[in-house]
Amino acid sequence: MIEQNLSLLLVVIPLLFSPVVAILPNGRLPWLVVLAVTWTCLVIACWQLSVVIDGKIISYELGGWSPPWGIEYRIDAMNALVALIVAGVAAITVPYALLSVEKEIPTQQISLFYSVVLLFIVGLLGIAQTGDVFNLFVFLEISSLSSYVLIAMGRERRALTAAYQYLVMGTVGATFLLIGIGLLYAETGTLNMQDLHQRLLPIIDHRTVHTGFAFVVVGIALKLALFPLHLWVPNAYKYAPSAISVLLAATSTKVAVYIMLRIVFTIFSSDFVKTTPTDLIFLILGVVGVMLASITAIFQTDAKRLLAYSSIAQVSYMALGIGLASTLGVTATLVHLFNHALMKAALFMAVGAMVYRVGISRFEELNGLGRQMPWTFTALFIAGLSLIGVPGTAGFISKWYLVLAAMEQQAWLIVVVVLLGSLLAVVYMWKMVEVLLFHPLTSTGAAVKEAPLLLLIPMWILVLANIYFGFNTELTVNVADTATRLLGVSTYHE
Amino acid sequence: MIDIIIGHYNYWVVIFLMMAGFYTVINRGNLIKKIAGINIFQTSVFLMYISIGYVSDGTPPIIAEGFTKYSNPLPHVMILTAIVVGVSTTALGLALVVRIKEAYGTIEEDEIHDQDMSL
Repeated sequence: MIEQNLSLLLVVIPLLFSPVVAILPNGRLPWLVVLAVTWTCLVIACWQLSVVIDGKIISYELGGWSPPWGIEYRIDAMNALVALIVAGVAAITVPYALLSVEKEIPTQQISLFYSVVLLFIVGLLGIAQTGDVFNLFVFLEISSLSSYVLIAMGRERRALTAAYQYLVMGTVGATFLLIGIGLLYAETGTLNMQDLHQRLLPIIDHRTVHTGFAFVVVGIALKLALFPLHLWVPNAYKYAPSAISVLLAATSTKVAVYIMLRIVFTIFSSDFVKTTPTDLIFLILGVVGVMLASITAIFQTDAKRLLAYSSIAQVSYMALGIGLASTLGVTATLVHLFNHALMKAALFMAVGAMVYRVGISRFEELNGLGRQMPWTFTALFIAGLSLIGVPGTAGFISKWYLVLAAMEQQAWLIVVVVLLGSLLAVVYMWKMVEVLLFHPLTSTGAAVKEAPLLLLIPMWILVLANIYFGFNTELTVNVADTATRLLGVSTYHE
Repeated sequence: MIDIIIGHYNYWVVIFLMMAGFYTVINRGNLIKKIAGINIFQTSVFLMYISIGYVSDGTPPIIAEGFTKYSNPLPHVMILTAIVVGVSTTALGLALVVRIKEAYGTIEEDEIHDQDMSL
């Protein structure tokens, strides 16, 4: 009985507990409830993945209305993987959040803060679970609105303008998505993704369908921070509270990549991508995004902003995978989705731990801190290696697949760009290492001690996961492979 | 030709509102005007959905004697949801503007930018 409903409960449990947390007294109780909820979600997400891992599909009809009339939750390997990323990152970030939130958020706002965190997770999990495009729009807005609130809770006043900028751009993106969904609905009369795919096949050449596709893709590209629609990212990541930077960087853009895959390959198809200039657009934007964002990252003077630009570059790699539109390419995108969540969460946690000690993430305040905080620094260093793509780390696996996918199509430019991007990553990560290790300590820096254990343990779990998934690729690659097969992406042939 | 202009007048209104709203979002430096622009932009989408659901000579979808042609209620329901989303976005956006005004003493984008740069 309960087993059939677990896929729905994954979304409903955090949704129900969000108002409960809001009325709890401020203190550590709200945190404890959120911790319990996120770990329950993680268990359900793991169970869900174990069910669908060999290609089975869970279909849940909300309210007993059969699809395509009712809303369907349709979970295949890709949904389960994304839900696992969201639930996993949330479950690991919440323990990390306790101390840094107590330091950064005013005491009287703590229960409300955690309530919004739960809403944010609800939105992301909902996107991962649903098989209905309008439902997806609603969940996207739930997660976006709560992320605007969370960013605005940052301590500096520029957090407000960062949140405002993100709100304007995010709302324009969501409205574009709504226009696109409306046009597709006008042509087909359905909102169910599978049904949309079937009904679009005979009318795929209609101009309305193409216009709808363009609106949806541009709208999602805004959320995904695809170049040149990435302008909201650096400030949003920088001025958000540290724990929120971790959550945002590791989950929200990844979920947007997932939506893009669903729209492009499930509702439309890889043939559509290849017959229209879609693949070319993704490849060009991906190439420019990787190069420009990596170069910009080198010139940053703030650790969080540097990581934000590196995030934009990494998302561009995923766009390259979509643009290649082959089995290998999409597998690379999915594997990178998972691996990038691991490495970016670890990196932002490490920088967050330093911010916990000194208060600011600007480089001049971080000078020499690596010597004072050896464990945090080592975590940052290993996660940085993973970001660069050194063999033996998770980052290597995804870049390897991306290079394979590009070589398969003789797209040598893409291969060069991926390698150049990694070299640039070496440069900007080295810049951080240099500041942390070799620069002389500031007067305040000399008194800084290692970060508390509660910050170190989640960080090191992620760092070890980075190494583990660098050697054991069975889980990530198998799931990505099954997911790609179910997406109906064809293998490349000349 | 005249048929395209008159027969689709509601879509022309949609396009006009959409462009006017979008232009306001991009062009105006006043934070409240930007929010107003977003509102107009979203309203045009509401109008588009309602137009999609309309069946010519159809009545509202209520079963009654003598009426056989009904408009499609689903787009209307969807747009009710989207209106709720729009209202909450506006509320949140304006709340942010209030906080920005408290922190910076202005709601003009260029003045806020100057203050941030002068630090």
